[in-house]
This record gives sequence, C-alpha cells and structure tokens, in this order.
Amino acid sequence: MSHDHSSLFPEVMPAAPEKATLEGKNKFFGQWFFLGGETVLFASLFGTYLALKNSTAGGPSTDELFGLGLVFLMTMLLLTSSLTSVYAMYHMRNNDFKKMYLWLGITGLLGIGFLACEIYEFAHYITEYGFSFRSSAFGSAFYALVGFHGGHVLFGICWLTTLLIRNAKRGLNLYNAPKFNTFSLFWHFIDVVWVFIFTVVYLMGKVG
Amino acid sequence: MSIAATGKRSFGSFLWDYLTTVDHKKIAHLYLAGGGFFFILGGLEALVIRIQLIRPENDFISAGFYNEMITMHGTTMIFLAGMPILIGLMNAAMPLQIGARDVAFPFLNALSFWLFLFGGLLLNLSFLFGGAPDAGWTSYASLAMQSPGHGVDFYILGLQIAGAGTLMGGINFIATIVTMRAPGMTYMRMPLFTWATFITSVLILFAFPPLTINLFLLMFDRMFETAFFNVALGGNTIIYQHLFWIFGHPEVYILILPLFGLFSDIFSTFSRKRLFGYTAMVFATMLIAFLGFMVWAHHMFTVGLGPVANSIFAVGTMAIAVPTGIKIFNWLLTMWGGQVTVNSAMLWALGFIPSFTIGGMTGVMLGSNVADYQYHDTYFVVAHFHYVIVGGTIFGIFAGLHYWWPKMFGRILHEGMGKFSFWVFFAGFHLTFFIQHFLGLMGMPRRYWVFLHDQGLELGNLISTIGAFLMGIASIVFIYNIVYSAIKGEKAEADPWDGRTLEWSISSPPPYYNFEQLPLVRGLDPLWIEKMEGDGKIPPGEPLDDVHMPNGSFIPFLMGLGFFIAGFGFIYQVDHSLWYLALYGGLAFSIGCMVVRSLQDDFGYYIPKEELKKALEGEAK
Amino acid sequence: MTDNSNDQTEVFKRQKSKEEMQRQLISFGLMIVFTLIAFAIVATDTVDRIYILPILFIMAIVQAGFQFYYFMHLKDKGHEMPALLIYGGVWAAFLTLAGLMVISWW
Repeated sequence: MSHDHSSLFPEVMPAAPEKATLEGKNKFFGQWFFLGGETVLFASLFGTYLALKNSTAGGPSTDELFGLGLVFLMTMLLLTSSLTSVYAMYHMRNNDFKKMYLWLGITGLLGIGFLACEIYEFAHYITEYGFSFRSSAFGSAFYALVGFHGGHVLFGICWLTTLLIRNAKRGLNLYNAPKFNTFSLFWHFIDVVWVFIFTVVYLMGKVG
Repeated sequence: MSIAATGKRSFGSFLWDYLTTVDHKKIAHLYLAGGGFFFILGGLEALVIRIQLIRPENDFISAGFYNEMITMHGTTMIFLAGMPILIGLMNAAMPLQIGARDVAFPFLNALSFWLFLFGGLLLNLSFLFGGAPDAGWTSYASLAMQSPGHGVDFYILGLQIAGAGTLMGGINFIATIVTMRAPGMTYMRMPLFTWATFITSVLILFAFPPLTINLFLLMFDRMFETAFFNVALGGNTIIYQHLFWIFGHPEVYILILPLFGLFSDIFSTFSRKRLFGYTAMVFATMLIAFLGFMVWAHHMFTVGLGPVANSIFAVGTMAIAVPTGIKIFNWLLTMWGGQVTVNSAMLWALGFIPSFTIGGMTGVMLGSNVADYQYHDTYFVVAHFHYVIVGGTIFGIFAGLHYWWPKMFGRILHEGMGKFSFWVFFAGFHLTFFIQHFLGLMGMPRRYWVFLHDQGLELGNLISTIGAFLMGIASIVFIYNIVYSAIKGEKAEADPWDGRTLEWSISSPPPYYNFEQLPLVRGLDPLWIEKMEGDGKIPPGEPLDDVHMPNGSFIPFLMGLGFFIAGFGFIYQVDHSLWYLALYGGLAFSIGCMVVRSLQDDFGYYIPKEELKKALEGEAK
Repeated sequence: MTDNSNDQTEVFKRQKSKEEMQRQLISFGLMIVFTLIAFAIVATDTVDRIYILPILFIMAIVQAGFQFYYFMHLKDKGHEMPALLIYGGVWAAFLTLAGLMVISWW
C-alpha cells in the first residue's frame, strides 16, 4: 500500500506506451489471440451463409436484393474509420492526447454512420421485399452474418464511448494507453471482416 | 482442505474471500470443487443408466427420462466435470511451473470460473423446471428441433455461458505463457504440462467459436423461428453436424492433451529421470493438435459425404496414431532404467498406458471408414470413447490430484486409500467397458432405452453394470480420502516427491504471491539441476523489490449472475413476454458490471519488500 | 547533456513514426483503389464471370493483408506469437469454410 503507482505516470512517455507495462503487454497479446478466435467465429458464419445463400425459399435472390451504392458508402465509411484509428494510435505514440481524442472521435462518428446505413439497409429489405431473418434459410444466414458484424461495430462504438468518457480528464498514461490500443486492434479487425463481407456477400452475390 | 489450516477465520469471511478472489490458486480450488460436484452428478447419472440396462426390458426409468440421463451424463462429464477439473489443474500448476505470480488476466480468470459455474447450474436446473435436455450430448439439430419442452433450450444457454468462460480461460493461459515466463524459462525449458496447457488453450481458442455459432443458430431456430435448420425454408441440418464436430473433435483433444503433459511430468518425477525425448514430446503434442483439427468428419462417415471425403478423413484419423505412439514409447522409455517409485499418482499413470492404448487402437478401427458403417452408433463406439476419456482423462485427473494435492492444499492424500481406489476403479473400469466392445459388435445400439431378451446381451450388460458400481465405490473412497486428509492428513513439505520443476521449490501451499523473487531458470527441470549442480535452491532472477498484486473483485460473480438470469429470460420468453424483463434485465446488469469495471482505475497494490524479506528469512530458518 | 540526448531520441522517434505513417497512408490509398476496382468490375460487368470471383477474392485477401500488416503492425518485431495465432485461426477458418462449402449437401 506504500507504493504510489507512480511508474504508471512517467514524465517522459516511452516509445510504445501500450506495451510498456506487463499489464499492457498482456492486453496486447490477449487481444490478438482473441482476434485469432474471432477469425474462426466469422468463418463459421461465412460458411453457414455460403451453404445457405441459394436457399431462398421463393424469396428474392442475392442478385435481386442487393444494391451496390449503399454498400459502397458503408465500405468507404468503415475503411476511412480504420485510417482515422491509425491516426489516433500515431498520436498516442507521440503522446499527443488531444489529437488522439480528435481522431478517435472521428472514428466513432464514422462507425455510427456505418451502423445507421446498415440499419437503413435492413429496414429497407424488410419493408420493401418482406425479406426478414424468418423468411428463408438465406435470410437467416444473411442477417446472422451481417448482423453479427454489425453487432461487433455497435460493441466497438460502446467500448470507444466508455473509453473516451473515462479518460477525458485523466490524460494519457501507461495504464490507459493499452486500452486504446486494444480497441484499435479490434476496430481494424472489424474492418477486415467487412472487406470479406462486401466481397463475398454483396459483390459475389451480385455476380451470382 | 485449507479450511483446517485457517480454522480461526469466520465462515463468512472465508466465503467472501472465495467469492471475490482473483488468485489463480484459489480459482483452482473453486474449479476443482465445481468440477468435482458435477463429476458426482454425472457419475450418478451413469449409474442410473447402468441400472436401467442391468437386465432386458427393464423399467427402472421411463424412456424419456433415459434420454435425459444419457444427454446429461455426456454433457455434464465433458463440459462441466472434465474440462473444469483440467482447467483447475492448469490454474493450480501452470503459473507455478513457469515461475509466474499469477495468470495474465486474474480478473478474467475469476470471470471464467463464475461463467462456468452459472452455466453449469443453469443446465442442471432444467431437471427442476420441466425436464432436462434429451437430444444427446451432440444435440443434432434434426433431433433437437423436435424436442418438446425447454430441455434443449437449457442445453443451449447453459453451454453458451459456460463456453464463453472456457474461451476466456484459453486466451488467458496463452497470454500467460507468452508473456510471464520467469527469467531463463525459454519455451523449450517449459515442463510438458505447461506445454500441454499452451497447446490445449490454442485448441480451445479455435474450437469454441464454431460451438458458439452453432448454439446461436440452434437458439435462433428454436426460440426466434429462423430457418437455419428448417428444411421447409431451405435450411440444412448438415451444417449443424459440421460445426458441431469442427468443435467436437478438437474438444476430445482438449480433454486429453493436458493429461499427456501431466503424465509426462509424473513419469519423469517418479522415475527420477529426465523425460525421454522431450523435444519429440513437444512436437508430437503440436502435431496431434494440428491433425486434430482436420479429422472432424470421421464422426460423420455415415452421413453420406461420399467416398472421397470419407477416405481423406479416414487417412487423417489414422495419422494421429503416429504422434500418439511416439508419446506412448517415450513414456515407456522414460521409465526404462529409472528408479521407479510406485505410489498412487504413479499407479494411475501406469494404469493409463494400457487402457488408453486400447482406446487408441479401437480409434484406428473406427477411423477406417469402411468398417465404421458396422460400428456406427453401437456400443463399440461407447466402449471406444470411454476407454480414451475415462482411461485417459479421468485416470489423468486422479493422477494429477494425487500429484499436486500437497501443493494445492498442503496435505498429502492417504496412500493406502489412494491405491485401493485405483485398483477398484481400474477393475471396475475394464469390467464396465471392455465387454461393451463385444456388445457393440453383437449389434447392441447405443442410446436405446431397453434391450430385448434372448439376444445374448444379458450377461454382458450385467457385468458392465457391476463394473460401474465398482467405479462408484472407488470414487466414494477417493472422496473420503479427501475428507480424511483434510482432517488427519500428513502435512506436506515443499517438495514431497523429490520433484524436478519449479512448483516444488516453494512451500506447500504456496504464499499468495508465489515467489518472493522470480526464479532464475538454468535449464529443463530447473529444480533438479539445482539439486544436482547447486545447493538445491532456485537462484533468484531479480533483486528483491515490492511485488505488484491484483485487487480482488466481486464483479466477476455478479457478471456471471447477470448472464444466468438472462439465460432464464431467453429460455422462457417464448412462453410469456414478461420474461423479457429477465432477459434484458440480466444482460443490462452484466453489461453494467462491465462498464463499472471499465470505469474503475484498478491499479492493484504492492507488497512491500520488507514483508517479503521477512518471509525469505523465515524460510531460511 | 541528458536533455539533449532525450531530444534527439524524441526527434528520431517522431521521424520513425512519420515514415511509418507514410507507409500506412500508401496502404490506405491502395485499399481504396482496390475497393473501387472491385465495385467497378461488378457494377460495369466488364470482366468474364470465370475470372471475376478469383479477382474479387484475391483483392479482398490483399486488403486484409494491408490491414493486418500495416494498420495493425503485424509486420513489426514482437508480433511473432500474434502472427502465429492469427495464421492458426485462418487455417481453422479455411477448414471450416471448406467443410461447409464442399461437403455440406442436401
């Protein structure tokens, strides 16, 4: 109890503040390993989708359903948010707390934009085509895969919000730097998954 | 156990200590207690099954209840008894073996345990709420979709919650081994049990996500009318089988690989010899894990995947016999020329070799896709997987408990009772399951409620039931042994077995910070090296300084409780929409706990070096 | 003296991360280009159907590679274990996909 944890708040920040402490290193590795597991999680959903994508039960097929415009917009939003979170980590390593916050804020807003588009897309399918997750095996698999990804985006936004609120007054230190870094890894991974979703679900669905 | 040692404290503070602990050694105790409880439940279910099958056309229990029994016996033994006890042993030994003060994420470790316990309780409460799951431990979609009542829903939610805990545990162990090895503890100096923990955790990491998804698909089909497995809407139940076995086959290696590591440690300790072929053992373990991912379809030979797919999976399956054979021979050669001590732990290890080898041999027989059409869904399969799971996993668990009991609880288990329970269990095990090979070859199908008169199955089933009771008696003796040792057992010294690895260099039970100074490791079997070349003491790998420790927390328990309540909400919302309160309430509560945890600054605390110095001086005296 | 050397390492550090940032910007540019190409060939229907699926898939993999290696620094030192487990996950993912696509029938 005599110890005052001053080692977490050094005057000069090290080059990689996210990995400077053992706890930070653990978080870094733990998050990477988690993403390894997530790869298999999404693969299971992709596999289910690919096995069921032609089981439309008389409903609309992938070609009739999907439009490319909105998906392109969503892709751009999420890709850009990946870059902005890279900027945030760049400023974290330069110990520039304000700029890091700015870029993380932009990342979050882009994520919200993406999510809004996705909600609009789902609502559109349900109201215009009567295509819900109950209407066919294809519907179930589509909403499971894309919805699981959307759920990850939502979780990421909530995570980011909590981080931004909790650290607003604390500034950057060796205790919270790993937290920002793990979030950014998660966010990039979500983007990787989306790259495969727009390729496999939408573009390949359009081609047939 | 440790209750006796700390008799002065009130029961309330003892309970609170365990409810809020993040110490890997106490979490190990919790895992062993929880897993042990479910092991007893699963054992009772097994006895009910065997009583029902004691004679032809018996009516001891109804057909429906029999289905619940076989389902719950399998599910309980694999998910709620086997794995948690193994994770308990890993928690107890692995951080000590690599010279760490705790695991990488102590808070998460506690959360893993509470999720397992609440998931297991949820699953078993189904007995009180209108019937347990009855679609087999595999719960194939085609059957599970038809199962009336809420049994299968309990299966889905219970396993989902417990599985999430296991996945976290896996990540935790990998991170621990990657970042927290003591100075000098390179990967190729790690004891085999640590290696096995590492590789098993990797298997957990990659195998559990398909199960998670599979349970989600089944849950949505049963509760929210989706169409993944609804053939009328284009669904496909083969997906369930694939996802289940992509998880399920690695799962059987998750159940056996830790024990391979454990047996390696036991054989080398009690032969007073370095493990024969250490490097080959490490790579054989990796190879088994690698191949284990590529053979899942051998559970589906009769589905009709076609001769090409079946043949590929048959060859892959048989290939696993090679690294396993390497291991068996290395164990034998470790004992060859060693000074072998035969005590209870070693007896279980010795009993394992022939028993497991028989199971592996029938595994190769089953792996032949042509012959498998004959064996499929008969008692031959039942005999096979009990030979590997009981002969491997359960024997290993008993061996590990005898071996590490002194380290975990500071008492030595009674040798006489230990040997008695081994011999009775060993005899009972072979009586129960050896005859089942022949019952299977004679055509007795598995999972059937009754068998008929005059088909030559009477004697075999009677013998099998007698054997099951012998295993029950042995288990009771073992439990009595635990109680006896807690009250009258011989106090354990730091190194009761003349051990070789780091866990034996510190007191039994270890202090809560494990090591005053992180140890310096000079090679494989570090303690043995110091005994042979040094003064028998592990040199320190760091100067004496304040030690950083994590704070305890009650939040993991509360988070588990929230998911438990949400589980009931999910199960019953189909009956009445008021249950959405439980669903959303429970989830909100757990997420709220997560947010609270996230908003805290939990820096942990420091043990001042004066206190450690005093402890060191105390040891020197 | 110590202040001076501190400044120098600080300058070096910033220079390094600037170069890193440039590389990340280039990979972002390439990712945008790939995305544009992918959407363009599907929207305009100019490429033969036999080629379009592999082209799309390869571009997706390259994009994922950029994310992992540049944005998530998988190429840097100290990322051996993460890389190992990501590749393990990719292998398990490949097997899962193969199982569900090739030998799932109805």
